Amino acid sequence: MWDPAVKRVESILRNWRVWLAVIVVLPVLAAVVLWLALPLYKDPAANILSNPIWFPIIVAVVMLLSILTSTAVCILAERKLAGFTQDRKGPNRVGFWGLLQPMADGMKFFFKEDIIPHNVDKPLFMLAPCITLTISLIGFAIIPWAGDVHFDWMAAGETVSTQVASLNIGILYILAVGSIGVYGIVLAGYASNNKYSFYGGIRAAAQMISYELPMGLALLCLLLVCGTLRLEEIVNQQAQTGVWYVFVHPLPFLLFLTSVFAEANRMPFDLCEAEQELVGGFHTEYSSMKFAMFFLGEYAHMITGSAIMIALFFGGWHCWGLTSVENTAWWAMLIKLGVYIAKIAIFIWFFMVIRWTIPRFRFDQLMRLCWLALVPVGIVLLIATGVLSAVMDLQDGWNWLASLAVNVVVLIIMLAYAARSKTSITGRQGNMPDVDVRPT
Amino acid sequence: MGLNTYDFCLAASDLLPLVVLIICATGITLFILVATHVVDFLLKTSRKGDIKQSTYESGMEPVGDTRRRFNVRFYMIAVLFLIFDVEIIFLYPWAVLYPRLSHPKGDEMVNWARGLSDAGYTPGFLLAAIGVFFALLLVGFIYEWRRGVFKWN
Repeated sequence: MWDPAVKRVESILRNWRVWLAVIVVLPVLAAVVLWLALPLYKDPAANILSNPIWFPIIVAVVMLLSILTSTAVCILAERKLAGFTQDRKGPNRVGFWGLLQPMADGMKFFFKEDIIPHNVDKPLFMLAPCITLTISLIGFAIIPWAGDVHFDWMAAGETVSTQVASLNIGILYILAVGSIGVYGIVLAGYASNNKYSFYGGIRAAAQMISYELPMGLALLCLLLVCGTLRLEEIVNQQAQTGVWYVFVHPLPFLLFLTSVFAEANRMPFDLCEAEQELVGGFHTEYSSMKFAMFFLGEYAHMITGSAIMIALFFGGWHCWGLTSVENTAWWAMLIKLGVYIAKIAIFIWFFMVIRWTIPRFRFDQLMRLCWLALVPVGIVLLIATGVLSAVMDLQDGWNWLASLAVNVVVLIIMLAYAARSKTSITGRQGNMPDVDVRPT
Repeated sequence: MGLNTYDFCLAASDLLPLVVLIICATGITLFILVATHVVDFLLKTSRKGDIKQSTYESGMEPVGDTRRRFNVRFYMIAVLFLIFDVEIIFLYPWAVLYPRLSHPKGDEMVNWARGLSDAGYTPGFLLAAIGVFFALLLVGFIYEWRRGVFKWN
């Protein structure tokens, strides 16, 4: 504050009118540039956008950059939400309403000292954050962002898919990428040669591999309805029938949601970085940008996880009365993309609200929840869906109601069994002394 | 039915954007890693020392190394995961083909399903076969449950 120039800059950045002007002027400038460049698009031969090889690559680069940017916005949103939850204001110093906070954080991370302790395994120590970030950045490759799109300069009836790679093993790709994600955290814990890190890493390994089983079982139940591994076909089926798979299969959705929370190491499942027990968990020894890479990786994982969940269970870009498979105009593409991003925003809001409201599990509760609750539910539901899909075609007409009924019945049976069994899933351990805490 | 060159190129062109994406993502992370060290080197503010570079153990002097024994339960979980995950992956082809086989749509699929049924692979047979496979998994799961592998106390 002693420097008048700093004071001047800060007063400009604090002014909401400046921000309003930026928000209005930037889209206008972008529109003018696009309008000036319009003649370039008109020539189909020279147009890079109509080339089936180049278009996915453009989508890949654009999506990579926007996910990296949106992680920064997510971190600001999370801190703001944490502030509101705890009845304080959250970051409000840098820029108007704290909007420049992510930039300030990024700068700070870059200029912090990078400490590498003596006895770490140096190559693995440097490799681990790279693996975490890379894996969470390539997970979104199969997400059909806005369905098929037809541009004016293309031949009639010709469309390109707004997807990085249209893999015929899409769902297996999700599972494969999720499995590699374990390596980053485990290697970080092992290479740090620190007891806190090691326990964090080994807890993370057990947790992440365990929660892959409910995820796999939930996906199997879904596959018995849709019969394809391609994500764009799954979204198209939901858009055509108008019945999202969350209505057909609500229980697998819950299994999948829980697994995504566990795989992303988000709050009720963040035992690998439990501050009260393990200091920083697997990233205790990390500083500077290496720590930031773990952070970015977690948020990118959250965005990718919600995008996959939306494509599988919430109809992707589909919204009743707003988007359809047949409408492939470029403006429809923008609407579809908007719907998708709105759904992702809702999911990320949900992730954050859960983080700031629900306390952390104990490790034995975590393991019992997975192996003794989620996996049996998944197995029973898989058998039930298998038999049901032998009887009727679940994609036909109102047959999805039968699947919904089966879900409800399975849920009731499992809850009744859990209520009757002696050991509860998330309760106290069996051999713990019984302490009466009620006032006498 | 061999894989001809045209099919191979077609599949490769599908995967090309994925390869580009992986290269871009790796490039970004490596750039961040190198940039950190370059900035650290250029600013030259880093002072090293035995205390500063030692392992963090809540302010105490670190006791021994971390390359030591850990609880065997983590190992058990890893072994169980290997078995169950592989079995679940084996169920995927069945889960994809089964709805198409039992309720085929379109002439081509109907012919394909009829051909399989004539060869003896009826939907009922496939359900029974996968049931036997799944029952083996279930027996193992219940055995582990009874042995108390999932008890963490």
